[in-house]
Amino acid sequence: MAAVAARELRDGEVVFVGIGLPNLACNLARGTHAPRLALIYESGAVGAVPERLPVSIGDPALVTGSLMVCGMADVFQLFLQNGRIEVGFLGGAQVDRYGNINTTVIGPYDRPTVRLPGSGGAAEIAVHARRTLIVAQLNPRAFPERVNFVTSPGHRYAGRTRRELGMPGAGPVKVITDKAVLEGDEVSGEMVLAGLYPGVTVDEVQAGVGWPLARRERLEAVAPPTATELRVLRNVLDPKGLFLKKQSDGKTE
Amino acid sequence: MASDKVMAMRDAVARFVHDGDTVVIEGFTHLICFAAGHEIIRQGRRDLTLARLTPDLIYDQMIAAGCARKLVFSWAGNPGVGSLHAFRRAIEGRRAEAALEIEEYSHFGMVARFAAGAARLPFWPLRNYMGTDLPRANPRIKTVTCPYTGEALATVPALNPSVTIVHAQRADAAGNTQMWGLVGVQKEAAFASQRVIVVVEELVPEEVIRSDPNRTVIPSMIVSAVVVEPWGAHPSYAQGYYDRDNDFYVAWENVSRDPDHLKRYLDDFVYGVPDRAAYLAKQPQVTRLKAKERWCAGVNYGY
Repeated sequence: MAAVAARELRDGEVVFVGIGLPNLACNLARGTHAPRLALIYESGAVGAVPERLPVSIGDPALVTGSLMVCGMADVFQLFLQNGRIEVGFLGGAQVDRYGNINTTVIGPYDRPTVRLPGSGGAAEIAVHARRTLIVAQLNPRAFPERVNFVTSPGHRYAGRTRRELGMPGAGPVKVITDKAVLEGDEVSGEMVLAGLYPGVTVDEVQAGVGWPLARRERLEAVAPPTATELRVLRNVLDPKGLFLKKQSDGKTE
Repeated sequence: MASDKVMAMRDAVARFVHDGDTVVIEGFTHLICFAAGHEIIRQGRRDLTLARLTPDLIYDQMIAAGCARKLVFSWAGNPGVGSLHAFRRAIEGRRAEAALEIEEYSHFGMVARFAAGAARLPFWPLRNYMGTDLPRANPRIKTVTCPYTGEALATVPALNPSVTIVHAQRADAAGNTQMWGLVGVQKEAAFASQRVIVVVEELVPEEVIRSDPNRTVIPSMIVSAVVVEPWGAHPSYAQGYYDRDNDFYVAWENVSRDPDHLKRYLDDFVYGVPDRAAYLAKQPQVTRLKAKERWCAGVNYGY
């Protein structure tokens, strides 16, 4: 997943980085095909070059050697709302048919079954980043037809499009999972099947999604991680296996 | 004389943090003043409205200790690890912690609330929240029509805390406070507040402050008290002084998941010690976190 996500980033882009897999993906891209990728963390580090894999989004290693450190008012107003962020990475407990993300509650808001952390910076990243990439493990609980709570907007809300709602960014262009890649359809706004990992069938992907999944006419064969990508991930970025350990079957890469 | 602002944490909390106050202990991952949170717990403050972008472990502990009536926040998790379980029990209606009222925003919303409070405006406009359920969950998020363009903009109300507590690397005795590394929303939160307590790693002479005025984030004129408390942010960190205790954050998952374990933690490390020095004496291994040296180049302020 980290390698597939990394390939979505182009050299020289300005990317708003979250912790965990997005952070791995961004630093992998920086260590391979996109050395001039500008990493901005919501904590205020701009042009960060972390010498160790940051455990949190406010890790001191993001500060040391960065190009700029600013307050969070500047992060959200001068960078994000100003339109300077080209790519935003988002994850979530639930992702729905239109790419809406829930990181707030499972169950009703006033009496939740599971209380999740909430938005953090995700709601505004989803509104403002010129495009967003969502990363999530594929399973029916994580991909319901409708999320319990829309924390971060996707392509449709109560039947209205992003443009009708006045959102500047293009929204989730891709959802990168451990089995397949979904894309936001330009017309319907639905997340549709666009690519399959090696050995994965359409039926397997459908089984992990809670709505009838439309698909592109031609499905891309998602290439497995290259030797270089694996080397950078395992030897340079995450030598202790902090983030990669859970997926010993290689799916994370 | 300004130097009468320098006082022990016990005295600063006793004088400036009262039952029923809106209390902000800010710091985004960096410079979170656990020492102040622990002293507030020890002094048994009640009915507090706790506000912060990320409640973090310190507010989880204060919720568990019964200090909080209400939580105002934008991301309530244990960064990179998992949940704040005392917070979750209180919200999910599982009975170990008393019910907790919440008022929820996103980070941008909280930042904007402090910006409005600091500027003494009633609200702050932002282009946000369209297509989300947050305004339905929190009716204090409203909209305003721009008088120039006609655009509908989201608004959030000013947040003016009773007291804001800011940890920093250094200050002089009058409270001119310098910090570097991630500075979060501390400046806005301090200016928005009725009272400000700064807690520092080092007290320095005024001429040190004057040698590098661009690094001053909080000026003495808004500071009520200066507390000198080395390692006062642990298990959070202070850039250039000590690293974050990531092992503690990982361990908190199991401590906070079990109400009895959490109570034992508070008994041992909060109620069971009189002050920060005793807290540190109990865990000498934290010195492993002492920062390496990475000095900056320095600049010429001459003319």
